[in-house]
Amino acid sequence: MKNAHELVEKNVGLLTILVLIAISLGGAAQITPLMFQQQTMTPVDGLKPYTALEMEGRDIFIREGCVGCHSQMIRPFRSETERYGHYSVAGESVWEHPFLWGSKRTGPDLARVGGRYSDEWHRVHLINPRNVVPESNMPGFPWLAENKLDGKLTAKKLSVFRDFGVPYTDEDIAGAQAAVQGKTEMEAIIAYLQSRGTALK
Amino acid sequence: MSSFWSIWISVITLGSILGCFLLLRWCLSNKTGVKEGDDMHHEFDGILEINNQLPRWWTILFYICIVWALLYLLLYPGLGNFKGLWNWQSSNQGILSLAESRAAVEKNKADGVISQYDREVDQANELFQPIFDGYYARPITELAKDAEALKVGQRLFSQNCSQCHGSDARGQRGFPNLTDNDWLYGGTPEKITETLINGRNAIMPAWFDSMGADGIEEVVNYVLGLSGRKVDESLAAKGKDRFVACAACHGPDGKGNQAFGAPNLTDDIWLYGNSHEKVTETLTYGRNGVMPAFKNTLGEKKIHLVAAYVYSLSQDK
Repeated sequence: MKNAHELVEKNVGLLTILVLIAISLGGAAQITPLMFQQQTMTPVDGLKPYTALEMEGRDIFIREGCVGCHSQMIRPFRSETERYGHYSVAGESVWEHPFLWGSKRTGPDLARVGGRYSDEWHRVHLINPRNVVPESNMPGFPWLAENKLDGKLTAKKLSVFRDFGVPYTDEDIAGAQAAVQGKTEMEAIIAYLQSRGTALK
Repeated sequence: MSSFWSIWISVITLGSILGCFLLLRWCLSNKTGVKEGDDMHHEFDGILEINNQLPRWWTILFYICIVWALLYLLLYPGLGNFKGLWNWQSSNQGILSLAESRAAVEKNKADGVISQYDREVDQANELFQPIFDGYYARPITELAKDAEALKVGQRLFSQNCSQCHGSDARGQRGFPNLTDNDWLYGGTPEKITETLINGRNAIMPAWFDSMGADGIEEVVNYVLGLSGRKVDESLAAKGKDRFVACAACHGPDGKGNQAFGAPNLTDDIWLYGNSHEKVTETLTYGRNGVMPAFKNTLGEKKIHLVAAYVYSLSQDK
Protein backbone atom coordinates (compact mmCIF):
# COMPACT_ATOMS: atom_id res chain seq x y z
CA MET A 1 0.00 0.00 0.00
CA LYS A 2 1.15 3.52 -0.79
CA ASN A 3 2.30 5.66 2.14
CA ALA A 4 -0.80 7.81 2.82
CA HIS A 5 1.08 10.00 5.23
CA GLU A 6 3.26 11.15 2.38
CA LEU A 7 0.19 12.85 0.90
CA VAL A 8 -0.04 15.19 3.89
CA GLU A 9 3.69 15.69 4.07
CA LYS A 10 3.98 16.78 0.46
CA ASN A 11 0.78 18.89 0.07
CA VAL A 12 1.03 22.09 2.08
CA GLY A 13 -2.54 23.07 1.13
CA LEU A 14 -3.99 19.82 2.40
CA LEU A 15 -1.85 20.03 5.55
CA THR A 16 -3.16 23.56 6.22
CA ILE A 17 -6.76 22.46 5.85
CA LEU A 18 -6.30 19.49 8.17
CA VAL A 19 -4.52 21.67 10.75
CA LEU A 20 -7.35 24.21 10.63
CA ILE A 21 -9.93 21.47 11.21
CA ALA A 22 -7.92 20.07 14.12
CA ILE A 23 -7.52 23.39 15.95
CA SER A 24 -11.08 24.57 15.33
CA LEU A 25 -12.37 21.53 17.24
CA GLY A 26 -11.18 23.15 20.47
CA GLY A 27 -13.02 26.38 19.70
CA ALA A 28 -16.12 24.50 18.63
CA ALA A 29 -16.25 22.68 21.97
CA GLN A 30 -15.17 25.53 24.27
CA ILE A 31 -16.20 28.85 22.70
CA THR A 32 -19.23 28.26 20.47
CA PRO A 33 -21.54 26.84 23.18
CA LEU A 34 -20.82 29.87 25.43
CA MET A 35 -22.56 32.15 22.95
CA PHE A 36 -25.81 30.31 23.56
CA GLN A 37 -25.69 29.82 27.34
CA GLN A 38 -28.32 31.36 29.56
CA GLN A 39 -25.54 32.03 32.06
CA THR A 40 -23.56 34.22 29.70
CA MET A 41 -26.61 36.05 28.33
CA THR A 42 -28.51 36.90 31.54
CA PRO A 43 -27.44 40.16 33.18
CA VAL A 44 -27.04 40.27 36.96
CA ASP A 45 -30.05 41.86 38.68
CA GLY A 46 -28.50 45.28 39.20
CA LEU A 47 -26.87 45.70 35.77
CA LYS A 48 -27.57 49.00 34.01
CA PRO A 49 -26.46 50.00 30.52
CA TYR A 50 -23.66 52.57 30.48
CA THR A 51 -24.85 56.15 30.68
CA ALA A 52 -23.64 58.31 27.79
CA LEU A 53 -20.89 59.74 29.98
CA GLU A 54 -19.78 56.31 31.23
CA MET A 55 -19.68 55.08 27.62
CA GLU A 56 -17.32 57.91 26.68
CA GLY A 57 -15.26 57.12 29.78
CA ARG A 58 -15.04 53.51 28.71
CA ASP A 59 -13.68 54.55 25.32
CA ILE A 60 -11.09 56.76 27.01
CA PHE A 61 -10.14 53.78 29.19
CA ILE A 62 -9.57 51.84 25.97
CA ARG A 63 -7.79 54.72 24.20
CA GLU A 64 -5.32 55.29 27.03
CA GLY A 65 -4.49 51.59 27.18
CA CYS A 66 -5.55 51.20 30.83
CA VAL A 67 -6.42 47.58 30.13
CA GLY A 68 -2.72 46.89 29.50
CA CYS A 69 -2.00 47.24 33.23
CA HIS A 70 -5.39 46.87 34.91
CA SER A 71 -7.48 43.72 34.66
CA GLN A 72 -11.21 43.77 35.34
CA MET A 73 -11.64 40.18 36.40
CA ILE A 74 -11.62 39.09 40.02
CA ARG A 75 -10.89 35.40 40.03
CA PRO A 76 -12.54 33.08 42.56
CA PHE A 77 -9.58 32.92 44.94
CA ARG A 78 -9.82 34.12 48.50
CA SER A 79 -6.57 36.07 48.11
CA GLU A 80 -8.33 38.15 45.44
CA THR A 81 -11.77 38.47 46.97
CA GLU A 82 -10.28 39.66 50.28
CA ARG A 83 -8.80 42.59 48.44
CA TYR A 84 -11.29 43.31 45.68
CA GLY A 85 -14.65 41.93 46.78
CA HIS A 86 -16.88 39.23 45.31
CA TYR A 87 -15.36 37.40 42.34
CA SER A 88 -16.55 38.50 38.90
CA VAL A 89 -19.45 36.55 37.44
CA ALA A 90 -20.61 36.02 33.87
CA GLY A 91 -23.80 38.07 34.30
CA GLU A 92 -21.80 41.26 34.88
CA SER A 93 -20.22 41.18 31.43
CA VAL A 94 -23.21 40.42 29.18
CA TRP A 95 -23.38 44.01 27.90
CA GLU A 96 -19.65 44.42 27.39
CA HIS A 97 -18.66 44.75 23.73
CA PRO A 98 -15.86 43.90 23.86
CA PHE A 99 -15.20 42.96 27.47
CA LEU A 100 -12.14 44.54 29.10
CA TRP A 101 -11.19 41.70 31.44
CA GLY A 102 -7.53 42.11 30.55
CA SER A 103 -4.86 39.68 31.63
CA LYS A 104 -2.13 41.90 33.06
CA ARG A 105 -1.95 43.36 36.54
CA THR A 106 0.78 45.92 36.85
CA GLY A 107 -1.78 47.96 38.75
CA PRO A 108 -4.66 46.57 40.79
CA ASP A 109 -7.77 44.95 39.37
CA LEU A 110 -10.52 47.47 38.66
CA ALA A 111 -13.55 45.19 38.37
CA ARG A 112 -15.02 46.60 41.61
CA VAL A 113 -13.27 49.93 41.93
CA GLY A 114 -16.61 51.77 41.79
CA GLY A 115 -17.28 53.51 45.12
CA ARG A 116 -13.92 52.53 46.59
CA TYR A 117 -12.49 56.03 46.16
CA SER A 118 -14.04 59.48 45.94
CA ASP A 119 -14.31 61.31 42.62
CA GLU A 120 -11.82 63.83 43.95
CA TRP A 121 -9.32 61.08 44.72
CA HIS A 122 -9.61 59.80 41.15
CA ARG A 123 -9.12 63.32 39.78
CA VAL A 124 -5.96 63.92 41.79
CA HIS A 125 -4.74 60.38 41.15
CA LEU A 126 -5.27 60.47 37.38
CA ILE A 127 -3.48 63.82 37.00
CA ASN A 128 -0.47 62.54 38.93
CA PRO A 129 -0.81 59.24 40.84
CA ARG A 130 2.13 60.07 43.10
CA ASN A 131 0.20 62.95 44.63
CA VAL A 132 -1.83 60.40 46.56
CA VAL A 133 0.14 57.15 46.31
CA PRO A 134 3.86 58.01 46.58
CA GLU A 135 5.07 54.55 45.54
CA SER A 136 2.84 54.34 42.46
CA ASN A 137 4.44 53.69 39.05
CA MET A 138 1.32 54.56 37.07
CA PRO A 139 1.77 57.35 34.52
CA GLY A 140 -0.17 60.58 34.95
CA PHE A 141 -2.95 61.51 32.53
CA PRO A 142 -3.21 65.28 33.04
CA TRP A 143 -4.67 65.96 29.59
CA LEU A 144 -7.89 64.21 30.59
CA ALA A 145 -8.75 67.23 32.72
CA GLU A 146 -8.25 69.58 29.76
CA ASN A 147 -9.79 67.69 26.85
CA LYS A 148 -13.48 68.39 26.38
CA LEU A 149 -15.94 65.97 24.85
CA ASP A 150 -17.97 67.09 21.84
CA GLY A 151 -20.21 64.02 21.94
CA LYS A 152 -20.45 63.79 18.16
CA LEU A 153 -20.20 60.03 18.16
CA THR A 154 -21.80 59.25 21.52
CA ALA A 155 -25.28 58.55 20.12
CA LYS A 156 -23.77 56.28 17.49
CA LYS A 157 -21.84 54.34 20.14
CA LEU A 158 -25.01 53.78 22.13
CA SER A 159 -26.94 52.71 19.09
CA VAL A 160 -24.20 50.23 18.07
CA PHE A 161 -24.44 48.77 21.57
CA ARG A 162 -28.20 48.57 21.15
CA ASP A 163 -27.66 46.54 18.00
CA PHE A 164 -25.64 44.13 20.16
CA GLY A 165 -28.64 43.76 22.48
CA VAL A 166 -28.01 46.38 25.18
CA PRO A 167 -31.43 47.81 26.13
CA TYR A 168 -31.00 51.52 25.28
CA THR A 169 -34.18 53.49 24.68
CA ASP A 170 -34.64 56.00 21.85
CA GLU A 171 -34.50 58.78 24.46
CA ASP A 172 -31.13 57.51 25.75
CA ILE A 173 -29.70 57.72 22.26
CA ALA A 174 -31.34 61.04 21.39
CA GLY A 175 -30.03 62.64 24.58
CA ALA A 176 -26.56 61.11 24.40
CA GLN A 177 -24.73 64.03 22.83
CA ALA A 178 -26.30 66.61 25.13
CA ALA A 179 -25.39 64.48 28.14
CA VAL A 180 -21.66 64.55 27.43
CA GLN A 181 -21.07 67.75 25.47
CA GLY A 182 -18.72 70.13 27.25
CA LYS A 183 -17.81 67.60 29.96
CA THR A 184 -14.13 66.83 30.34
CA GLU A 185 -12.63 63.46 29.58
CA MET A 186 -11.70 63.35 33.26
CA GLU A 187 -15.36 63.49 34.28
CA ALA A 188 -16.16 60.74 31.78
CA ILE A 189 -13.48 58.30 32.89
CA ILE A 190 -14.29 58.89 36.57
CA ALA A 191 -17.97 58.19 35.84
CA TYR A 192 -16.90 54.98 34.11
CA LEU A 193 -14.61 53.93 36.98
CA GLN A 194 -17.26 54.65 39.59
CA SER A 195 -19.67 52.34 37.74
CA ARG A 196 -17.32 49.36 37.85
CA GLY A 197 -18.59 46.36 39.72
CA THR A 198 -21.51 48.07 41.40
CA ALA A 199 -24.12 45.96 39.59
CA LEU A 200 -23.68 42.86 41.74
CA LYS A 201 -25.67 43.74 44.83
CA MET B 1 -26.98 24.00 29.35
CA SER B 2 -29.37 22.51 26.78
CA SER B 3 -28.88 18.84 25.97
CA PHE B 4 -27.97 19.80 22.40
CA TRP B 5 -24.90 21.72 23.52
CA SER B 6 -24.12 19.12 26.14
CA ILE B 7 -24.02 16.43 23.45
CA TRP B 8 -22.16 18.78 21.07
CA ILE B 9 -19.37 19.29 23.59
CA SER B 10 -19.21 15.63 24.63
CA VAL B 11 -19.07 14.34 21.06
CA ILE B 12 -16.33 16.78 20.00
CA THR B 13 -14.28 16.19 23.15
CA LEU B 14 -14.49 12.40 23.21
CA GLY B 15 -14.26 12.26 19.40
CA SER B 16 -11.03 14.28 19.50
CA ILE B 17 -9.51 11.97 22.09
CA LEU B 18 -10.55 8.92 20.09
CA GLY B 19 -9.15 10.60 16.96
CA CYS B 20 -5.80 11.12 18.69
CA PHE B 21 -5.74 7.49 19.75
CA LEU B 22 -6.55 6.20 16.25
CA LEU B 23 -4.00 8.54 14.66
CA LEU B 24 -1.33 7.22 16.97
CA ARG B 25 -2.24 3.60 16.25
CA TRP B 26 -2.25 4.30 12.53
CA CYS B 27 1.14 5.99 12.64
CA LEU B 28 2.62 3.10 14.60
CA SER B 29 2.03 0.55 11.82
CA ASN B 30 4.50 0.50 8.97
CA LYS B 31 2.82 1.58 5.74
CA THR B 32 5.88 2.78 3.88
CA GLY B 33 6.67 -0.42 2.05
CA VAL B 34 10.19 -0.18 3.44
CA LYS B 35 11.43 -2.60 6.06
CA GLU B 36 12.08 -1.14 9.46
CA GLY B 37 15.66 0.00 9.81
CA ASP B 38 16.10 0.34 6.04
CA ASP B 39 16.95 3.43 4.05
CA MET B 40 13.92 5.53 2.95
CA HIS B 41 15.95 6.91 0.02
CA HIS B 42 15.60 10.50 1.25
CA GLU B 43 19.00 12.06 1.35
CA PHE B 44 19.96 15.64 2.01
CA ASP B 45 23.50 16.87 2.37
CA GLY B 46 24.68 13.41 3.26
CA ILE B 47 22.00 12.82 5.92
CA LEU B 48 19.91 9.71 5.34
CA GLU B 49 16.35 9.07 6.53
CA ILE B 50 15.97 5.61 8.02
CA ASN B 51 12.53 4.04 8.49
CA ASN B 52 12.33 4.00 12.25
CA GLN B 53 9.45 3.31 14.62
CA LEU B 54 8.16 6.26 16.72
CA PRO B 55 10.21 6.40 19.93
CA ARG B 56 8.79 4.11 22.58
CA TRP B 57 9.03 6.61 25.48
CA TRP B 58 7.13 9.14 23.37
CA THR B 59 4.44 6.63 22.43
CA ILE B 60 3.95 5.68 26.06
CA LEU B 61 3.67 9.33 27.06
CA PHE B 62 1.00 9.75 24.41
CA TYR B 63 -1.01 6.83 25.84
CA ILE B 64 -0.62 8.24 29.36
CA CYS B 65 -1.97 11.60 28.18
CA ILE B 66 -5.03 9.93 26.71
CA VAL B 67 -5.70 8.01 29.92
CA TRP B 68 -5.14 11.20 31.94
CA ALA B 69 -7.64 13.10 29.79
CA LEU B 70 -10.28 10.43 30.22
CA LEU B 71 -9.75 10.25 34.00
CA TYR B 72 -9.98 14.03 34.22
CA LEU B 73 -13.22 14.09 32.28
CA LEU B 74 -14.57 11.39 34.56
CA LEU B 75 -13.75 13.23 37.80
CA TYR B 76 -14.16 16.89 36.85
CA PRO B 77 -16.86 18.75 34.90
CA GLY B 78 -15.86 18.83 31.26
CA LEU B 79 -18.41 16.88 29.26
CA GLY B 80 -21.38 19.23 28.90
CA ASN B 81 -23.81 18.78 31.74
CA PHE B 82 -21.92 15.91 33.37
CA LYS B 83 -20.64 17.27 36.70
CA GLY B 84 -17.92 14.70 37.21
CA LEU B 85 -17.75 11.99 39.89
CA TRP B 86 -16.15 14.31 42.44
CA ASN B 87 -18.97 16.85 42.12
CA TRP B 88 -16.37 19.60 41.94
CA GLN B 89 -16.72 23.20 40.74
CA SER B 90 -14.53 26.29 41.01
CA SER B 91 -17.16 28.82 42.07
CA ASN B 92 -20.82 29.74 41.64
CA GLN B 93 -20.65 31.41 38.26
CA GLY B 94 -24.35 31.57 37.50
CA ILE B 95 -25.42 33.85 40.32
CA LEU B 96 -27.19 37.15 39.61
CA SER B 97 -27.01 38.86 43.02
CA LEU B 98 -25.13 38.66 46.31
CA ALA B 99 -28.18 37.04 47.91
CA GLU B 100 -28.10 34.33 45.24
CA SER B 101 -24.38 33.93 45.85
CA ARG B 102 -24.97 33.28 49.57
CA ALA B 103 -27.83 30.91 48.79
CA ALA B 104 -25.65 29.00 46.30
CA VAL B 105 -22.97 28.49 48.96
CA GLU B 106 -25.53 26.95 51.32
CA LYS B 107 -27.11 24.86 48.58
CA ASN B 108 -23.75 23.43 47.53
CA LYS B 109 -23.06 22.39 51.11
CA ALA B 110 -26.44 20.70 51.37
CA ASP B 111 -25.98 18.95 48.02
CA GLY B 112 -22.43 17.84 48.77
CA VAL B 113 -20.98 19.86 45.87
CA ILE B 114 -17.31 20.69 46.36
CA SER B 115 -17.02 24.36 45.50
CA GLN B 116 -13.32 25.13 45.49
CA TYR B 117 -13.67 28.83 46.34
CA ASP B 118 -16.26 28.28 49.08
CA ARG B 119 -14.04 25.63 50.62
CA GLU B 120 -11.06 27.99 50.57
CA VAL B 121 -13.13 30.64 52.36
CA ASP B 122 -14.44 28.14 54.92
CA GLN B 123 -10.95 26.93 55.73
CA ALA B 124 -9.75 30.50 56.20
CA ASN B 125 -12.76 31.40 58.33
CA GLU B 126 -12.17 28.41 60.55
CA LEU B 127 -8.66 29.68 61.14
CA PHE B 128 -9.21 33.43 61.36
CA GLN B 129 -12.82 33.91 62.44
CA PRO B 130 -12.16 33.06 66.12
CA ILE B 131 -9.40 35.67 66.14
CA PHE B 132 -11.60 38.37 64.66
CA ASP B 133 -14.49 37.35 66.92
CA GLY B 134 -12.20 37.62 69.93
CA TYR B 135 -11.16 41.14 68.99
CA TYR B 136 -14.72 42.11 68.12
CA ALA B 137 -15.85 41.22 71.63
CA ARG B 138 -13.40 43.67 73.19
CA PRO B 139 -13.89 47.45 73.28
CA ILE B 140 -11.88 49.65 70.93
CA THR B 141 -10.32 51.60 73.79
CA GLU B 142 -8.80 48.34 75.03
CA LEU B 143 -7.69 47.13 71.57
CA ALA B 144 -5.95 50.48 71.04
CA LYS B 145 -3.44 49.36 73.69
CA ASP B 146 -3.06 45.79 72.37
CA ALA B 147 0.02 45.57 70.15
CA GLU B 148 -1.17 42.43 68.34
CA ALA B 149 -4.59 43.90 67.56
CA LEU B 150 -2.97 47.10 66.31
CA LYS B 151 -0.71 45.09 64.03
CA VAL B 152 -3.74 43.54 62.34
CA GLY B 153 -5.45 46.92 62.20
CA GLN B 154 -2.38 48.53 60.71
CA ARG B 155 -2.20 45.89 57.93
CA LEU B 156 -5.84 46.43 57.08
CA PHE B 157 -5.24 50.18 57.11
CA SER B 158 -2.32 49.83 54.67
CA GLN B 159 -4.41 47.83 52.25
CA ASN B 160 -7.60 49.82 52.37
CA CYS B 161 -7.02 53.30 53.74
CA SER B 162 -3.47 54.36 52.88
CA GLN B 163 -4.35 55.21 49.27
CA CYS B 164 -6.03 58.39 50.56
CA HIS B 165 -4.84 58.89 54.13
CA GLY B 166 -1.24 57.85 53.41
CA SER B 167 0.67 54.90 54.85
CA ASP B 168 1.54 57.03 57.90
CA ALA B 169 -2.13 58.11 58.23
CA ARG B 170 -1.09 61.76 58.11
CA GLY B 171 -3.33 62.42 55.13
CA GLN B 172 -2.74 64.98 52.44
CA ARG B 173 -4.59 67.88 50.87
CA GLY B 174 -8.24 66.88 50.68
CA PHE B 175 -7.77 63.74 52.76
CA PRO B 176 -7.71 64.24 56.54
CA ASN B 177 -4.76 63.61 58.82
CA LEU B 178 -5.85 60.91 61.28
CA THR B 179 -3.06 61.39 63.79
CA ASP B 180 -3.68 64.97 65.01
CA ASN B 181 -6.77 64.35 67.13
CA ASP B 182 -8.68 66.94 65.12
CA TRP B 183 -11.87 65.28 63.91
CA LEU B 184 -14.41 66.29 61.29
CA TYR B 185 -17.04 63.81 62.45
CA GLY B 186 -15.85 63.00 65.92
CA GLY B 187 -12.98 60.92 67.25
CA THR B 188 -14.74 58.65 69.73
CA PRO B 189 -14.48 54.93 68.95
CA GLU B 190 -18.20 54.91 68.08
CA LYS B 191 -17.89 57.83 65.66
CA ILE B 192 -14.81 56.39 63.95
CA THR B 193 -16.61 53.07 63.51
CA GLU B 194 -19.66 54.87 62.13
CA THR B 195 -17.48 56.74 59.62
CA LEU B 196 -15.86 53.52 58.46
CA ILE B 197 -19.10 51.56 58.16
CA ASN B 198 -21.27 54.07 56.35
CA GLY B 199 -18.74 56.45 54.87
CA ARG B 200 -19.18 60.24 54.91
CA ASN B 201 -20.20 62.79 52.37
CA ALA B 202 -19.34 66.38 53.21
CA ILE B 203 -20.59 69.20 51.04
CA MET B 204 -19.22 72.70 51.20
CA PRO B 205 -21.37 74.73 48.78
CA ALA B 206 -19.90 77.10 46.20
CA TRP B 207 -20.44 80.73 47.24
CA PHE B 208 -19.42 82.57 44.10
CA ASP B 209 -22.96 83.08 42.81
CA SER B 210 -24.34 84.54 46.05
CA MET B 211 -21.26 86.41 47.35
CA GLY B 212 -19.37 87.41 44.24
CA ALA B 213 -15.59 87.73 44.08
CA ASP B 214 -15.53 90.73 46.43
CA GLY B 215 -17.75 89.06 49.02
CA ILE B 216 -15.56 85.97 48.97
CA GLU B 217 -12.44 88.10 49.43
CA GLU B 218 -14.02 89.61 52.56
CA VAL B 219 -15.01 86.25 54.00
CA VAL B 220 -11.55 84.80 53.26
CA ASN B 221 -9.99 87.61 55.27
CA TYR B 222 -12.37 87.01 58.16
CA VAL B 223 -11.90 83.23 58.13
CA LEU B 224 -8.10 83.42 57.99
CA GLY B 225 -8.25 85.86 60.91
CA LEU B 226 -10.11 83.27 63.00
CA SER B 227 -6.94 81.24 63.41
CA GLY B 228 -4.85 84.26 64.26
CA ARG B 229 -3.49 85.08 60.81
CA LYS B 230 -2.66 88.64 59.82
CA VAL B 231 -5.46 89.91 57.57
CA ASP B 232 -6.91 93.12 56.20
CA GLU B 233 -9.02 94.25 59.18
CA SER B 234 -11.56 96.32 57.23
CA LEU B 235 -12.24 93.47 54.79
CA ALA B 236 -12.43 91.01 57.68
CA ALA B 237 -15.02 93.19 59.44
CA LYS B 238 -17.21 93.10 56.32
CA GLY B 239 -16.55 89.36 56.05
CA LYS B 240 -17.79 88.88 59.58
CA ASP B 241 -21.24 90.12 58.56
CA ARG B 242 -21.28 87.74 55.61
CA PHE B 243 -20.16 84.85 57.84
CA VAL B 244 -23.76 84.56 59.08
CA ALA B 245 -24.36 82.38 56.04
CA CYS B 246 -21.39 80.16 56.94
CA ALA B 247 -22.42 79.93 60.59
CA ALA B 248 -25.26 77.55 59.69
CA CYS B 249 -22.67 74.79 59.39
CA HIS B 250 -19.46 76.16 60.87
CA GLY B 251 -21.17 77.71 63.91
CA PRO B 252 -21.33 81.40 64.84
CA ASP B 253 -17.84 81.26 66.33
CA GLY B 254 -16.44 79.21 63.39
CA LYS B 255 -15.64 76.24 65.59
CA GLY B 256 -17.35 73.83 63.20
CA ASN B 257 -19.98 71.17 63.71
CA GLN B 258 -19.20 67.48 63.74
CA ALA B 259 -22.80 66.61 62.86
CA PHE B 260 -22.16 67.86 59.30
CA GLY B 261 -18.44 67.31 59.22
CA ALA B 262 -18.06 71.08 59.07
CA PRO B 263 -14.44 71.82 59.99
CA ASN B 264 -13.35 73.99 62.87
CA LEU B 265 -12.00 77.16 61.21
CA THR B 266 -10.20 78.49 64.25
CA ASP B 267 -7.58 75.77 64.85
CA ASP B 268 -5.27 76.46 61.88
CA ILE B 269 -5.71 72.91 60.54
CA TRP B 270 -6.64 73.09 56.87
CA LEU B 271 -7.95 70.16 54.89
CA TYR B 272 -7.76 71.92 51.53
CA GLY B 273 -4.78 74.20 52.09
CA ASN B 274 -4.27 77.28 54.21
CA SER B 275 -3.05 79.75 51.59
CA HIS B 276 -5.17 82.77 50.74
CA GLU B 277 -5.50 81.34 47.26
CA LYS B 278 -6.66 77.88 48.40
CA VAL B 279 -9.23 79.22 50.86
CA THR B 280 -10.56 81.50 48.09
CA GLU B 281 -10.81 78.43 45.85
CA THR B 282 -12.73 76.56 48.54
CA LEU B 283 -15.26 79.36 48.89
CA THR B 284 -15.56 80.00 45.16
CA TYR B 285 -16.09 76.46 43.94
CA GLY B 286 -17.09 74.61 47.10
CA ARG B 287 -15.71 71.22 48.17
CA ASN B 288 -17.04 67.72 48.36
CA GLY B 289 -15.18 65.43 50.74
CA VAL B 290 -16.17 61.80 50.35
CA MET B 291 -15.16 58.97 52.62
CA PRO B 292 -16.28 55.68 51.01
CA ALA B 293 -18.32 53.19 53.02
CA PHE B 294 -16.40 50.05 54.01
CA LYS B 295 -19.26 47.96 55.35
CA ASN B 296 -19.33 45.63 52.36
CA THR B 297 -15.61 45.68 51.68
CA LEU B 298 -14.33 44.86 55.15
CA GLY B 299 -17.29 43.84 57.26
CA GLU B 300 -17.93 45.01 60.82
CA LYS B 301 -15.39 42.80 62.54
CA LYS B 302 -12.43 44.00 60.51
CA ILE B 303 -13.71 47.56 60.71
CA HIS B 304 -13.59 47.18 64.49
CA LEU B 305 -9.84 46.57 64.25
CA VAL B 306 -9.24 49.38 61.76
CA ALA B 307 -11.19 51.71 64.04
CA ALA B 308 -9.01 50.64 66.97
CA TYR B 309 -5.88 51.36 64.95
CA VAL B 310 -7.13 54.76 63.78
CA TYR B 311 -8.25 55.60 67.32
CA SER B 312 -4.86 54.61 68.72
CA LEU B 313 -3.05 57.02 66.38
CA SER B 314 -4.26 60.11 68.17
CA GLN B 315 -4.02 58.74 71.72
CA ASP B 316 -1.10 59.49 74.01
CA LYS B 317 1.23 56.56 73.90
